[in-house]
Amino acid sequence: MADVKEVAIGLSVLAENAQERGRRIHVEKGVMALNDQYAAANRQRLEQAGVRAINVLSSPGSGKTTLLARTLQELKGQRRMAVIVGDLATDNDAQRLQVGGATAVQIQTGTFCHLEAAMVSRALDALELAELDLLFIENVGNLVCPAAYDLGENSRVVLFSTTEGEDKPLKYPRMFKSADLVLITKSDLTEVLGFDRALALENLRQVAPQAPVLEVSARSGEGLEGWYRYLQQPTG
Amino acid sequence: MHELGLMQSVLEIAEDYARREGARAIREIGLRVGALSGVEPAALEFAFEAAKQGTLAEQARLAVQWVPLVAFCEACTVEFAVDSPFGIALCPLCDEPAAALKRGQELEVEYLEVV
Repeated sequence: MADVKEVAIGLSVLAENAQERGRRIHVEKGVMALNDQYAAANRQRLEQAGVRAINVLSSPGSGKTTLLARTLQELKGQRRMAVIVGDLATDNDAQRLQVGGATAVQIQTGTFCHLEAAMVSRALDALELAELDLLFIENVGNLVCPAAYDLGENSRVVLFSTTEGEDKPLKYPRMFKSADLVLITKSDLTEVLGFDRALALENLRQVAPQAPVLEVSARSGEGLEGWYRYLQQPTG
Repeated sequence: MHELGLMQSVLEIAEDYARREGARAIREIGLRVGALSGVEPAALEFAFEAAKQGTLAEQARLAVQWVPLVAFCEACTVEFAVDSPFGIALCPLCDEPAAALKRGQELEVEYLEVV
């Protein structure tokens, strides 16, 4: 009798353990894997059409739209350009960017704090890529989340303005480390703000040594020559 | 970061793999998260507890492996760990800032434990 009882307890303990233990499945899958598939498809599509795509990133209010509007106006006739612009709400930016005959496609993300490759893929459907040389993708204003999403672009340009402070790059290392070019915008306000240019440049050198830096003002036109020269390059 | 959205993606991947293996429940999800991924530990836990309801992972634990930042100095051809909270990767040999990151930006589902 005692033996049977012991065996019964032993079996139920074994069953419990087996239930708890389970078996391991190796997954090794990046959470961005699906986004990366869309990004690769976008990249191929843009390459085949001979379009250079630039992902433009910054905090809200750094001057992305103002700079792009001026760029579209001044390079009109030199480059065939279009813009895809992402915001949570409104198509105000797309309206502002319909300059110099350029097509502007608005993506309203609703609640998404960043653009993803699938959204850009749908926006590409609304453009005649064969008729373009240069495509700007103005990302949602946010220095955190957009850094993680490859959209299929050729280059990433990260902006921050003189009003945001010299240590901005230190606060958002991932974003600045992913930049191919950094623009310090609203440079016309440097003196009135007491913005320490040397400190900002040194912080950038420390966090993002890979990125050339240009100081620009979309309002005064200062530094825009360098920006336009960068855009005339075939790649990078 | 938008940890809830990220956890929903994690659970989609987890359920997909679990179903393919004929599992009836997920006991543990192993994640690899890089120091520079932008993901916040407490937010991730919170999001996991919220998002796992009604899924195969309803009774699951989250096991997070935090991956430190490792940079590579092109000039000295040496890999090194980065302590700086600002992601300033100064090469231990030449003291110059290094741009190339070998590890530390991951967000991956490493494994599942299922029954």
